[in-house]
Amino acid sequence: MNIQLHSIDYVILIVYFAFVLGIGWALKKFMKTSSDFFLSGRAIPAWICGLAFISANLGAQEVIGMAASGAKYGIMTSHFYWVGAIPAMVFVGVFMMPFYYGSKARSVPEYLKLRFDEKTRTFNALSFAFMTVFSSGISMYALAKLFELLLGWNFHVSIIVSAVIVLVYIYLGGLTSAIYNEVLQFFLIVLGFLPLVLLGMKDVGGWHALVDKLNGVAVSSGFAPGTWTQSWSHTGSPSANPMGVEWFGVFMGLGFVLSFGYWCTDFLVVQRAMAADSMSAARRTPLIAAVPKMLFPALVILPGMIAIGLHASKGGFLPMGADGKPDYNMVIPSMLVKYFPPGMLGLGLTALMASFMSGMAGNVTAFNTVWTYDIYQSHINPNQPDSHYLKVGHVITVVGILISIACAYLASAFNNIMDMLQLVFGFVNAPLFATFLLGMFWKRSTGHGAFWGLIAGTVAAGLHWALTVPAGTHHWIKGGCLGVVHTYPVEMAQNFWAAIYAWTVCFVATIGISLATARTKSDDELKGLVYSLTPKIVDHHEPWFKRPATIGALVMLGAIILNIIFW
Amino acid sequence: MQLDIRYPMGFLFGFLGLIITVYGLLTKHLTLGININLWWGLVLVVFGAIMLLLARAGKARTP
Repeated sequence: MNIQLHSIDYVILIVYFAFVLGIGWALKKFMKTSSDFFLSGRAIPAWICGLAFISANLGAQEVIGMAASGAKYGIMTSHFYWVGAIPAMVFVGVFMMPFYYGSKARSVPEYLKLRFDEKTRTFNALSFAFMTVFSSGISMYALAKLFELLLGWNFHVSIIVSAVIVLVYIYLGGLTSAIYNEVLQFFLIVLGFLPLVLLGMKDVGGWHALVDKLNGVAVSSGFAPGTWTQSWSHTGSPSANPMGVEWFGVFMGLGFVLSFGYWCTDFLVVQRAMAADSMSAARRTPLIAAVPKMLFPALVILPGMIAIGLHASKGGFLPMGADGKPDYNMVIPSMLVKYFPPGMLGLGLTALMASFMSGMAGNVTAFNTVWTYDIYQSHINPNQPDSHYLKVGHVITVVGILISIACAYLASAFNNIMDMLQLVFGFVNAPLFATFLLGMFWKRSTGHGAFWGLIAGTVAAGLHWALTVPAGTHHWIKGGCLGVVHTYPVEMAQNFWAAIYAWTVCFVATIGISLATARTKSDDELKGLVYSLTPKIVDHHEPWFKRPATIGALVMLGAIILNIIFW
Repeated sequence: MQLDIRYPMGFLFGFLGLIITVYGLLTKHLTLGININLWWGLVLVVFGAIMLLLARAGKARTP
């Protein structure tokens, strides 16, 4: 596929870049302390943090990937939103933010240090730091690859240009710059992709015509009609739906373990809430983010459903992949070419570019903070004046971007190394939520319990991988290298169950080891860090729209209604 | 906050909207019978204007 850009499209792209860099420049004079640079001086209003919270997560892999899943699996993909995101976002806002924000920890690993001990913090900080530069490199690689394919742009030039732009605006304006640009990117993504969906819906002939076409797709793939337009009805058995998962795996693996593990403990998103200007704003950040998150399936999944519907009825809508199936990753690019004339095409591509850069910038800001506070300040060079850490922050931003570039080239040369690393990060992440849950809600849990529980959970995830395989795969990277105890219908089911096992092992091991070891922190030291030892927040005098619990309940209600409508 | 994000946002979307609207008026390209450049350009202009109005209202409230 080749897209011809006109000069108007380049003008739009350049105007956007000018604004992005301009915002960094305008914020430069406010970056006086390390807290300004890493935490935005804790001075950002709730709505800005909320939109940045969602935007940092909305990388382009998500936009492209969710549209691909929409075509491949239909509306079941929305489980990643209504089950796999909203409940966890409500939980972190209502129940966990009081400890993150109230403890004055500057990062998620630092919370672990305050609550447990140094070794737990360091384990989390190191794995997180590796993971973020690696993800940022992957974003860069994906961007360069896509633009090479679509526009014929030089791979190296794309990498360098995107890296330099992200570097400049973060170097100048720190976290504030990243957050402001994420808000800009949020609106750009919505305003750039919404007309695509509207035109697609018009083309397909409205919702009922789409359901009709998708029933055809379902039947011709050997499933019951409605499989593509009903999210729960066909999850009784893994073989009844194209995703190959059953409701329990979705509910527990995705909805509980994976989603809570990500939204409640990943510093990349939590950092946006920590930058808020008050406790109330910090708690409302994920709740405000949950509202657009809930509606995003219409923006990112629906295009995939439209594309496959049109592809099935008219043919030729999507290009064919090497395996003889439609190339699902081309949903968004195909629609851009088909529906957008020069002008709008520039806007659409700018939105795509923006989503790549927001994903990258989010990783870089989280990385430089964790590196500076949790690794450099605590292990390498403590007790320096604040100005020293500000300088280190600047330097490490450059270094982080350089490592990301190296990762991008590594990804282009050795696909296996990338798969391997992703696998290992999966093992480390799966059990994390158990540690935080016990840390925040059970004062008896100890540092040894948390650390060894985490290790046990990580090992459990690794063992699960080594003993199971998804059906029909033979490569060692998919698992089963120590023998095959169980065969899952698809890789996704394997992932969901790996998470369930890892979490359970970590949860049980942490409790067991905690009970066997002595507490090292007194009740007084744990004040503000553990639920039972922290004074309750009273907000009865606030109007309802400023009370996190009320907003959280409304958001949950919205998610439940959406699940029922598209049952 | 030090810099009200609604100003740059208002200017960016207003400006992009203007460019796209004018381009739509000049080229008259139709997608499914719609001049999408013209109409969506206008949507962007309105969005930009709302952002600028909100920024001004916000400034008036906090002296």
